[in-house]
Parts: sequence; C-alpha cells; structure tokens
Amino acid sequence: MCEVEGDYNGLECNQKIPVPTLNRKCMKCKEGAAVLIIRVNDAFCRSFSIYTDCSSVLLAVSGGAASCSMLSQVQEGLSREAPKKLRFMPGIIYIDDGGACGRSAEERQRSNALLKSIFTETGFPYFIVSLEQVFSLPTSVLVPGTSDPDPSNLSYKQAVDQYVKEKQTLTEENVASAVAQLSIGDSVYSHKHKLALERLFSSLKTLTAKEDMLQTLRQHLILHIARENGYSKVMMGDSCSRLAVRLLSNIALGRGAALASDTGFSDPRYGDVVIVRPMRDYSSKEIAFYSRMFNVPSVFISGLDTKTHDKASIQRLTESFVTNLQSDFPSTVSTIYRTSEKLHTVMPPQSQSAEPASKCLLCLCTLDTKEDKASAFHATLVSEQLSQIKLQDLSLDAPGQSAEQCCTEGQGCGPGGCCSSNKLSSHQDLKTLLCYSCRLTIKDMVATNSLPPYIITEAEKRQKRWEMLLHNLNK
Amino acid sequence: MAAPLGLHLEFGGGAELLFDGVKNHHVTLPGQSDPWDMKQLLAWIRGNMLKERPELFMQGDTVRPGILVLINDADWELMGELEYQLQDQDNVVFISTLHGG
Repeated sequence: MCEVEGDYNGLECNQKIPVPTLNRKCMKCKEGAAVLIIRVNDAFCRSFSIYTDCSSVLLAVSGGAASCSMLSQVQEGLSREAPKKLRFMPGIIYIDDGGACGRSAEERQRSNALLKSIFTETGFPYFIVSLEQVFSLPTSVLVPGTSDPDPSNLSYKQAVDQYVKEKQTLTEENVASAVAQLSIGDSVYSHKHKLALERLFSSLKTLTAKEDMLQTLRQHLILHIARENGYSKVMMGDSCSRLAVRLLSNIALGRGAALASDTGFSDPRYGDVVIVRPMRDYSSKEIAFYSRMFNVPSVFISGLDTKTHDKASIQRLTESFVTNLQSDFPSTVSTIYRTSEKLHTVMPPQSQSAEPASKCLLCLCTLDTKEDKASAFHATLVSEQLSQIKLQDLSLDAPGQSAEQCCTEGQGCGPGGCCSSNKLSSHQDLKTLLCYSCRLTIKDMVATNSLPPYIITEAEKRQKRWEMLLHNLNK
Repeated sequence: MAAPLGLHLEFGGGAELLFDGVKNHHVTLPGQSDPWDMKQLLAWIRGNMLKERPELFMQGDTVRPGILVLINDADWELMGELEYQLQDQDNVVFISTLHGG
C-alpha cells in the first residue's frame, strides 16, 4: 500500500506507536521517522551538489514553518558528521514588514525579539531589516549585476579549509564580535520612512497590488543586503504548495513570461546574486509534520492577507482554489509542480548582458512588452486606448504636480527636463519601463510619487537614456 | 451518562489568531450518552471557542482545507477523520498551513 513514495517500500510496520505519515496510505513505524530525515536531508544535499564553490549563502526567513524548517535543515546539514556535509557559510535575513501590514510597534518588537532568540541559537550572523529601509536603498539594486568569476576569489579547497578552521575556533569572543558586526539589527527605522511606507501602501488601491509591491520591495531589500555583505546566493523557503499557488496566481497577474524564474529552483535574473528555493520539493503538509516532529521553533507573523476573505486578492483566491482542490484531488499540487519544472524561458544567448533598459524596472525580468501588431498585448493596449478616449481630461490630472501639464506634448521635455527638479514620473512615463504585470500594479497606484526614491531616480535615468537614444536615431 | 472528557487542544501556524492568540487549551467536554467524536468536537469548538470568523477555521462540518489535524501526534486521516471517537486526555492539534514559509 506504500505507493506514493518509493523510499518507504519494504519497511516493517510493527511498532505500537503510530507515527504521523506523509503518505496517507500506510502506517509508519518508528523507522519511518529515520527514513524521513534521510530523505529530506539527502534531497537537500542533492540540490546543493550543484554548488561546488564554497560561496556564502543568505537564508531568507519569514518566521513561518517552511523557512524555519529550512533553517533547521541547514543547521543539521552543517553539523553532520557524515561525509555529505554541507559546506557553505550561511547568514540569516528577516524582513520586518509590519509597517506595510499595519502591525503596531509593540507587536513588531515582540515578534522581532522572538525571532532574534531563534537566530542567536543558531550562531549564524543575522540581519533583521525593516521594510522602511527600502527608502534608503541605492539605485544599483535595480541593475542586474554580473556574476563574478574572479580569480582572486579563494579556491574551493582553501575556502573549505578556512571554513573548517573558523568552525573549530568559534569561541565566546568570536561569537560576540560576529554579532557586533551585524550592520543592521533590531529593525531600526526613522519616523519619516515609516510615514512614507504607509503612504506608499495606502496609495495602492487593491490588495493584489499591495501584495505584489510588498513582494517586489522585499526582494530588493534582500538583494541589497546580500550584495552589501558578499552573499552570492539567497535561499528562500518556498514550499511546493506555495509555489504551485504562486505559479497560478502569477499567470493570473500577467507574469507568465517570468514563470520559470519565479517558480523554478534557481532564479538568476539578478546576475550576481542567485535566488534558490531548496524547499520546493516539500509540500506544506510535509513541512508542518516535520516542524511538529522535530520541534522546529517558528513564529507566526500575520501578513497582508491574514484573516482576509477568499476573494480579497488574486493571490488569496488562487490559494483558496488550489487548497480546496487539493483536499479532493491530492495530486493537484504535485501536478502543478511537475508542470512548473518543465517550464523554461526561451532566452536569446546575449540576454544576460543585455542593458538594464530592457529589463523591467521593478521585477528585473526581461521586458515582455514588445508591441507586435498581432500580439495579445497589442490588443489590450488598443482596448485601453479606446476606453480612455472619453477619459482623456481625467488622465491629464497627474497626481500632485501641476508642472507636469506643460510636458504633455513630450517633444523635447522629458521628466526633469524643463520643469522643476522635483518632477516625478507620471503613470505614462513609468509604464514604458515596466513589464506587463508591474504595469498593472502601478496602474492601481494613486500616487506614483510615493514610490521609494531609488525607483523614481532610476526611472528618470532610464527615460533620459531612452530619449537620448531616440534623439540619436532621429539624426 | 458518560463521564466528562478532558482534552488538550493546540492551535498552530496562525490558527491561534482565531482563538485570542492562545495556542494551548485544556477543555472539558460535558458527559453525554454517546461517545464524543471529532465531528461533535468541531461543532463544540465552533460554538464555544471560536471568537471570530468561523469560516476561516471550518468549512461545513469539517475543518477548512489547509488546516492539518493531528490526534495524539498522528494524522487524523489515519484515525478516521470525523468518525474518530475521542478518549480522555487525547491531544488534538490544529495546524494551519496556509500561512508562513
């Protein structure tokens, strides 16, 4: 009856204590637990056999069961005596998005303190970063870096030796100094940034857009911290179920072009920092059982869509759809997952070195908005134009800036051209720099000037560059 | 009349939000002639413990999909789901898998 997972065939089930099973067909004996550990760790090790260089890895932990299980797996893998020891130096990052979700300062402090105690237990360096810090990011975050085959980097053997030595000499004072090196701890943020973040999220009208923006900003922050601290890989704790939901909701959001990188094992779009998802083989049920059986400490932190009803956002609706379907048809999630594994983006060979202008400003995926006359995208643009003919007067009412009126002809006057230096991009200008789904998110935004400064500055830079290009072509 | 039934209930993964944030509950179910089963327990929880938004915890007679139920650390699907008859000092855990990660 053990038909789902081949590993469990042939086990004798003669124990008195029934142990929770992940395969609903048969009862597992105590040995079942040991097999689980091996299977889970082996799968984990297998995913990392690709990474033979001893690079630094940042673990993105949200406090939930999946990312905390990932953290405990990494700890387990690093401390094992077995020959298949994992060899990399991990750091931990947690993004405190309470400001966007409307949590009070006390609640945030409480959950930060709980997480801090979990992180200090592990002994790894950790970063607790508040989302408000997105307002002090540099524009380099929006530019994909190049992966760095630098010969001056340590060779593998040297790096391993160094790591083993570091592990052995980790004493009290080393730990203290390591902790002291944390550049960002305790989630500090200024009141000004807190207000700016609130303004940004209140200018987004729909929950769908808010969740999308939150995800984007979180990615940017993690990317920045990873780059600043020399981490070349970031591990996310997305489970199989979570990724299945994300696959379908991304299609609904118009992110079909970036599906392979959004839901695949590795996401190379940022160039120098690779996002990997080692937990993508495990369903949320498996992770919940694992956390329970091995007492993995986790902290539940409410998010944007906590306690919302089923139809509050596209992401929420998809989650409820997939979960409900899964309860009646248990192969739903695995089917979606298998399909996602088969997805590959057709990329022209030189796309990695393509200039940043051909990447979306917000999500850094390749722009999918080339206007072929016969494309579906062109059709949506035409319908949009037709439906806006009547609303033309309203569209001139760009939020807050009366100075923008003089630039509607656009001819020799880009953003920041003849107008005041505080000129901020209107919807129209930003749209050309964004992929289809980011355009939809921005469309839901009432005031695009509430975007963080690094996005606005980079947008203006790209606009100017594009106009210069156009000007040169017209000569 | 059967004796009252003492149970230990736990809520995790976010489900505790619907129960005032309290994760562990010791409850005593009143004695009745027929043994208590999970279906009746769920109805009892809905009537006596759920402070808000019952639709986030239950769907009809059973728990909402995405909420795992463990009875004495075993998957309730092995125990018969709603038909399982509760015994004194059983430990029932509800873990929501819809959040976090």
